[in-house]
Amino acid sequence: MARVLMKGCEAIAEAAVRAGCRFFAGYPITPQNEIPEYFSRRLPEVGGTFVQGESEVASVNMVYGAASAGTRSMTSSSSPGIALKSEGISYCAAARIPMVYANISRGGPGVGAIQPAQQDYFQATKASGNGGFEMMVLAPATVQEAVDLTYAAFDYADRDRNPVLILADGVIGTMMEPVELPEMKSDEEVAAIKESKKSWACIGHKLDYANRAWIQPGHWLTDEMQKANEDAEEMYKSWEKDIMVEEYMVEDAEAVIAAYGISGRIGKSVVDILRKEGKKVGLIRPITVHPFPYKSFDKIDYSKCKGILDVEMSIPAQFVKDVEVAVKGRCPIDTCLCSGGNIMSREAVIEAVNKIIEK
Amino acid sequence: METNLCVAGFGGQGVMTLGKFLASATCDSTDKNVTFFPSYGAEQRGGTANCFVVISDEMVGAPLGDVMDDLIVMNGPSLQKFLPTLKKGGTLFINSSIVSDQIDRDDVKVVKAPVTELALEMGNAKVLNVIMLGVYVGYTEVVSPEVVWGTIEHKLAKKAKLLPLNKAAFEKGLEIGRSQK
Repeated sequence: MARVLMKGCEAIAEAAVRAGCRFFAGYPITPQNEIPEYFSRRLPEVGGTFVQGESEVASVNMVYGAASAGTRSMTSSSSPGIALKSEGISYCAAARIPMVYANISRGGPGVGAIQPAQQDYFQATKASGNGGFEMMVLAPATVQEAVDLTYAAFDYADRDRNPVLILADGVIGTMMEPVELPEMKSDEEVAAIKESKKSWACIGHKLDYANRAWIQPGHWLTDEMQKANEDAEEMYKSWEKDIMVEEYMVEDAEAVIAAYGISGRIGKSVVDILRKEGKKVGLIRPITVHPFPYKSFDKIDYSKCKGILDVEMSIPAQFVKDVEVAVKGRCPIDTCLCSGGNIMSREAVIEAVNKIIEK
Repeated sequence: METNLCVAGFGGQGVMTLGKFLASATCDSTDKNVTFFPSYGAEQRGGTANCFVVISDEMVGAPLGDVMDDLIVMNGPSLQKFLPTLKKGGTLFINSSIVSDQIDRDDVKVVKAPVTELALEMGNAKVLNVIMLGVYVGYTEVVSPEVVWGTIEHKLAKKAKLLPLNKAAFEKGLEIGRSQK
């Protein structure tokens, strides 16, 4: 297939349309504005619906509604806007509604900065709303990966009847890069997906109490609520098989870079540069940051490895907490960090890796 | 082989468009990898704007490098800000119409082109970026001029009456770029 030069945000939107997404509601915020802008143009062309909501809260609840009616639906925002959507996301999780949303994250906390950052790691992977629910969280490092993961996200969401989060940063969202787009699902396929949800979704049930679809974000009876959480936990455990990770030159490494998203990509180029100098450096880049690929860190030869370098655009470091769980004290962990909208410097990563190797 | 280019100037000088034309041409007509990364704050016209284009035979690692192989500066503040990022032996392309600052490095090549004046002479100040793109492509041949022109032609398809002006601007730039090799 021919490759096209696309901006990350636009590529995410196009991938969603091709996956059968026919409803999008959102509210403007930099640096994700090209997602709603693209949908506003594109969805009417395929018989879908675009709504610019009056707020983030309204938008996420519109998606909750559209997805409850069986339509593949999406919303997107950037860090502070995602925080506003957290109530709706939690409701979707409680009601077991499949939906996809993207966080093109920027500096924080608060209104933060409009430039790229990775300050939302804990929010994305540990507590995206109240109630302790979990989601698959996919973290692309290239525009192509953003496309492929968005396309797959709708399948994961439908399979599990659960929200899926695309955790990208402002670099992936605003940069342009050649991509190959996945196949466009036909109208028949899109209709069949909706039809397949008829057992639970609000799509033309009879009005009698016994047969109607019933979407509820919680349960009044304690036993029912506990059962719902037990069922959800079963689902979370089943994700072990869905883990995606890039393990690059890890086996003989004396220093291993651990990073995700854009930092992972920059980390990989550091591995290439230093390997050419004969330095044994490797990379572990989680693509699913939740479920986290803890076992990948067991592949490191700790008799050779002098240290792990956690690279992330967040101060304080957050991703490092999962790395610590994975490394289990088997070697020291250093950090290479930046924040506030500054983008990770390749030179800084090289310097930090060299420090570990020269120990 | 990887080329890191930074294009910097005022918002409104077509800095982003210059970078996008180059990235599109690379994507459409070569099998190289390319990234285009825009960088701007909350500024509008008159503020600073810059973008980074990386063209590589391999996967692009950092869409925003620390060290530039080539630097295009369209205004004075950009020279001050980005000249330190240009590598030793790198090439500086400068809009000599409005950048009068002394260049305090002798370890870089300098290609001067008075693109603001030339654009005004052509009757449309907006084509300064296309002239500069011509200078850059003419000098570096990082992508073939024919391919770049093909992309500009395609992008301007809906504004066909602007094509002759842009063609003249691009060719003027090529001529300047080639003459300073």
